[in-house]
Amino acid sequence: MSDIARIVILGAGQAGGEAAQRLRTGGFKGELTLIGEEPYPPYQRPPLSKKYLSGEMDLEHLLLRPPALYEEENIAVLKGVRAVWVDRTTRRVRLEGGRELPYDALILATGARARKLPVAGADLGGVFVLRTIADVDAIQKQFQPGAKLAVIGAGFIGLEAAAIGRKMGLDVTVIEAAARPLARVVSPETAGFYLDEHAAHGVRFALSAMPVIIKGAERVRAVGMSDGAEIAADIVIAGIGITPETSLAQHAGLHVDDGIIVDRAARTSDHAIYAIGDCAKRPVHHYRDRLCRLESVHNAIEGAKVVAATILGQEPPHEEAPWFWSDQYDLKLQIAGLFSGYDRIVRRGELKDRAFAHFYFAGERLIAVDAVNKPGEYLGAKRLIEKDLKVSPETLADNSVPMKTIVANAGS
Amino acid sequence: MPKITYIEHDGKEHVLEVASGLSVMEGAVKNAVPGIDADCGGACACATCHVYVDPAWKEKTGDPSSMEMSMLDFAEGVEDNSRLSCQIKVTPELDGLIVRMPKSQH
Repeated sequence: MSDIARIVILGAGQAGGEAAQRLRTGGFKGELTLIGEEPYPPYQRPPLSKKYLSGEMDLEHLLLRPPALYEEENIAVLKGVRAVWVDRTTRRVRLEGGRELPYDALILATGARARKLPVAGADLGGVFVLRTIADVDAIQKQFQPGAKLAVIGAGFIGLEAAAIGRKMGLDVTVIEAAARPLARVVSPETAGFYLDEHAAHGVRFALSAMPVIIKGAERVRAVGMSDGAEIAADIVIAGIGITPETSLAQHAGLHVDDGIIVDRAARTSDHAIYAIGDCAKRPVHHYRDRLCRLESVHNAIEGAKVVAATILGQEPPHEEAPWFWSDQYDLKLQIAGLFSGYDRIVRRGELKDRAFAHFYFAGERLIAVDAVNKPGEYLGAKRLIEKDLKVSPETLADNSVPMKTIVANAGS
Repeated sequence: MPKITYIEHDGKEHVLEVASGLSVMEGAVKNAVPGIDADCGGACACATCHVYVDPAWKEKTGDPSSMEMSMLDFAEGVEDNSRLSCQIKVTPELDGLIVRMPKSQH
């Protein structure tokens, strides 16, 4: 660490912001520059599709820390600034406009971009993605009761926007290419519950449905489907996933494969350069070091902790099981672990009570949980996964035994 | 503004004025008080903003909801006066509140 005097962080999202903060609290005294393309200091993205969209949360609450704190901690925050080049031989970052910043350590926290609809008409007025404050500020102006909202993509972002749309009195249709919502993130069992909930709240679904054109003159009028059908719309929100922002890393010749490849210390193939957050692909300890690109707050924070520890030569944090959450209506979905590869599901609680948990097993091993309004089951399963404790599916299915007792009695 | 005293696990005190309407968690995070992680930003999704409410203030801060209680079941070092600080809203009645931080949030 002694030879590191200047650290540049590219990307002022949650990962970049947390990394800056943790470097300072960890004792880094040198120059620290945080560079972001958006005109805001680091803020929380999760509320964008929830309470910020509904107007229940304002900008001040969205910011991770008050702007004055960065000054106090001597962190230079460059907002609305784009980096265009990383020169690894001279260890410099070039910014748009020509300014160059030297670094001893460079942290890439460049995040991801929302995918745009790959169809004609995607540039019409009223067609949005939902990733930034600017996106939501623009959407909000058109979120009027009675307006027709077509959400394309039934992932977390799409379904959260649909829920807020219904809450605000919009007429909502969700269009999804797969046969069920949330196909990438939960099992058919959990997805079916969410489909029923949204339907009960008045959301219409077009599943296994492919939009091929956005129709309208200047503004969207309808979404044209592959079977020739039209879905009328005043507003379209595309929630069809994100693409990691890896172009700088790629141009710099770093190892990139759907994400900037890093080791467990967050180092890229150039050991003066690190990558964390949505743009990074890293080994996940609890899943046999499988290389994963995780899109989550957990991953942003953990990456920040890891990179700060690596640069400062301190002990790395214990790795958590990946965790996620989604708020829709009065349902709090909490997920721990990675469910892909499961061969058995066990349920605790009942769907009809709107409080249940689905535990996913691969052989004898518990690998993930989806918990709806069951925070104890979520935290308990997270602990079981992190400590690699053994528990039988039958034990978890027994509603008469409290989760706390199950975890306390689980064997290693 | 109500004054809140945050005491770190090692005994270090932070006396802060926190606006009514914020949560006790937000008061700490927005003033860079260490010891409260609040990874989820206050969505009651992570249980990393655990605090011990000074016994004298237990009644005024109210009882945890059932959702909060089941999350506290799995926090480290839980006591009778444990709360998730994101679920305590600051009001003028809480002027003088004292909360202590646990050894670890994870």
